Amino acid sequence: MCQACENALSAGYDNILGKLSIDACIHDPVAMGGSLSIVASAIGICALITYLKRWKWLWREWFTSLDPKKIGVMYIVVAIVMLLKGVADAGMMRLQQVMSVGDAHGYLTPDHYQQVFTAHGTTMIFFVGMGVVFGLVNLILPLQIGARDVAFPFLNSLSFWLFVVGAILVNLSLVVGEFSATGWVAYPPLSGLKYSPGVGVDYWIWSVQIAGVGSLLSGINFLVTIFKMRCPGMTLKNMPVFVWAVLATMVLVIFAFPILTATLFMLAFDRTLGMHFFTSDYGGNPMMYVNLIWAWGHPEVYILVLPAFGVFSEVVATYSHKRLFGYVSMVWAIIGITFLSFIVWLHHFFTMGAGANVNAFFGIMTMLIAIPTGVKIFNWLMTMCRGRVLFTTPVLWFLGFVESFTVGGAAGVLMSLPGVDYQVHNSLFLIAHFHSMILVGVLFGFFSGFTYWFPKIMGFKLHERLGKYAFWFWFGGFVTAFVPLYLLGLMGATRRLDHYDASTGWQPLFIVAAIGVGIISIGICFQILQVIVSIKQRHENRDTTGDPWNGRTLEWATASPAPFYNFAITPTVHSRDPFWVAKQEGTVPTQKPKYEEIHMPKNSPMGFFIAACSFFFGFGVIWHILWMSILGLLSMIGCAIWRLCDDDTDYYVTAEEVEKIETEIQQKKIASERK
Amino acid sequence: MSHTQSHSEAHVAIQAQNDAKTIFGFWVYLMTDCILFATLFATYAVLHNGTYGGPSGKEIFHLPYVLAQTLLLLISSFTCGLGFLAAPFHDKTKVMFWLAITFLLGAGFLGLELNEFIKLFQEGNSWKRSAFLSSFFTLVGTHGMHITFGLLWTIVLVGQICVKGFTAPVLRRITCFTLYWHFLDVVWIFIFTIVYLMGAK
Repeated sequence: MCQACENALSAGYDNILGKLSIDACIHDPVAMGGSLSIVASAIGICALITYLKRWKWLWREWFTSLDPKKIGVMYIVVAIVMLLKGVADAGMMRLQQVMSVGDAHGYLTPDHYQQVFTAHGTTMIFFVGMGVVFGLVNLILPLQIGARDVAFPFLNSLSFWLFVVGAILVNLSLVVGEFSATGWVAYPPLSGLKYSPGVGVDYWIWSVQIAGVGSLLSGINFLVTIFKMRCPGMTLKNMPVFVWAVLATMVLVIFAFPILTATLFMLAFDRTLGMHFFTSDYGGNPMMYVNLIWAWGHPEVYILVLPAFGVFSEVVATYSHKRLFGYVSMVWAIIGITFLSFIVWLHHFFTMGAGANVNAFFGIMTMLIAIPTGVKIFNWLMTMCRGRVLFTTPVLWFLGFVESFTVGGAAGVLMSLPGVDYQVHNSLFLIAHFHSMILVGVLFGFFSGFTYWFPKIMGFKLHERLGKYAFWFWFGGFVTAFVPLYLLGLMGATRRLDHYDASTGWQPLFIVAAIGVGIISIGICFQILQVIVSIKQRHENRDTTGDPWNGRTLEWATASPAPFYNFAITPTVHSRDPFWVAKQEGTVPTQKPKYEEIHMPKNSPMGFFIAACSFFFGFGVIWHILWMSILGLLSMIGCAIWRLCDDDTDYYVTAEEVEKIETEIQQKKIASERK
Repeated sequence: MSHTQSHSEAHVAIQAQNDAKTIFGFWVYLMTDCILFATLFATYAVLHNGTYGGPSGKEIFHLPYVLAQTLLLLISSFTCGLGFLAAPFHDKTKVMFWLAITFLLGAGFLGLELNEFIKLFQEGNSWKRSAFLSSFFTLVGTHGMHITFGLLWTIVLVGQICVKGFTAPVLRRITCFTLYWHFLDVVWIFIFTIVYLMGAK
């Protein structure tokens, strides 16, 4: 091995704090600003909680809660915080590209710029995308299948806290040390020890690894929930399309995430044990990494977007007051996408030179995947066709999505031709394409679902007008930010440029793109304002009916906010839109039923503790602090055994208590009807 | 129907549902583990010729030694199965006896594996030597790591049987452990075939 690699490998093990020293916290002025703002906001949040004396309440009601609705809310809170960070990263990149032309070199050093775009991608995919997906799934899935909980409530809490630890590690890298500067998929040999001897790539590996294990556990959890916990009568063909989409997503998680886990371990072994999986000498094979990471990475794209497809299927049907058009074709389209998503990964590196036949196969498969996606688009449009469509905020998000997603999808089909891909590979055209898919698909889908299901969780509706403003700014900002990138890509601008020549004539388009980020930021401000105003006006916008949108599926059959046990009586369904059918036939039960005791899990802090130990394990490995990582690992195992030996994990809510809660809900409903 | 009666009936139904959920969930977990191993196998298949002047499989594998390992693990799977079959009869001595035998056989297997690894290290053939050795140590070592966790699990399980007896959760855990142990056996058969038998040719 090269001497530099040997040194990097063994660095710090003779020191009690490993490679960590005060130098790790000293950065150049711009990075210092970012670092200080992270520290300041962390201190600010802690101070606010202390001032409001909410620590105990947070711990008892939220941090240790095993209620999927609460875990879902926490997922979304973390994801939104990370979204703000990710957007800030995007703004920094665009600002640099506006400033850094010709003789000017902008305000970021090349290394810092590389860390920023790596952090942007990592944050957005792993901590925003995955966060909102698991957030919405936690909130809505059990309600939609008429269940009181998920299959493994404790595992759910553990998954969430592992996700949080991953997010903390990403943010911590801004303060202590550095982040990876290799791009969000960390291709070797660049991400190997030889070219990235610092801690940046290790931060990336362990934040993604720890959060990824959480995602894997969630995947198992929700798959079992869907297969084993549906209410009586909810056969597979009676499941709402959102549930189908989540089922397909979880199948993808189960198949794809173990590949990520194994791949990250191998990269970590290369970097911390001196192995040679992906090094360019000693027989290693960097292309193996590229294949493996995309064998996970392409399904990951669908893991993010399929739940959004599910959200839109619910939103479109509800606000069109029509049954979803082509339910069966919708389900088959989801299954088709699930299957195809595993045989297209090579289109991420056509230029690797695998040969014409291999490229042709993957090109054709990529084109094929557009068919089921197209089926879904037409089904949604046909659902709206001749329906009584209400153009509410969720529907606006849907319409914005259809437009951008179709354009982006067409660009994708274009790039599925290997010949074309050779021209636009790694260009800004590609960046514009996948933002049209991921940003629009995942975020617009999430915003749509967030507005739609908000009253079910919080008990009051979001402010409609501010929501519409937010949409128009987001949509306009998106078009302004990404249409220039399509053009720039065709003009030859590659991705991840921190500087370009003035003679290229690209600067005006980069300025337009940067303005687009500004417009999106205004949209985000409106969203924050919308939440604040809605909370202030919650008494006017309270939903006492439990069914504010004239909904179709089971979640609307219970009160808003849904009680912690979801349904006082487990529903029985006979059709696809059970609540809608019941309303049409007038069979919604009005008489007081006979309540029975309900079996619920007790709160547990162990998920939090295990994840906390995983933090110390990860931090120790990153900084070569041997004692800390061993201690972290052993305490993780210890906590897990402790939890496994505890059989006193559940309790019964008595029938009297259920009756009391349900009567209160009824009284509130009657009182508001009188008003 | 009295209150307590309905309570215990509901309790039985919930236990049955918990069993179904947990065993299915555990099975799904094993399938994810299977994919993890598949990834390591694929990497091994790609890198096993990357010896970079170091030894190849032919030079470092001793088939009789690996056969001994294999026999230990296969027999441990059998004894584990006997323990599983005795569990529904709440036969404490029998279950503990078979679990103890399983533990000893598993520990023997692990000891042999560690001995092989240490020898390779002493001969200068560590995982730093070549990509082939990196992928060999990782694939076989990941299996060994799983065996180590399995051994830890048997200890916890024996402790739980001692303290709690054959409660529904303990019985469920015995079922899961048996699934796990058989799964590791299956993975080992693939390692034995693909790494050792095909590598020693």
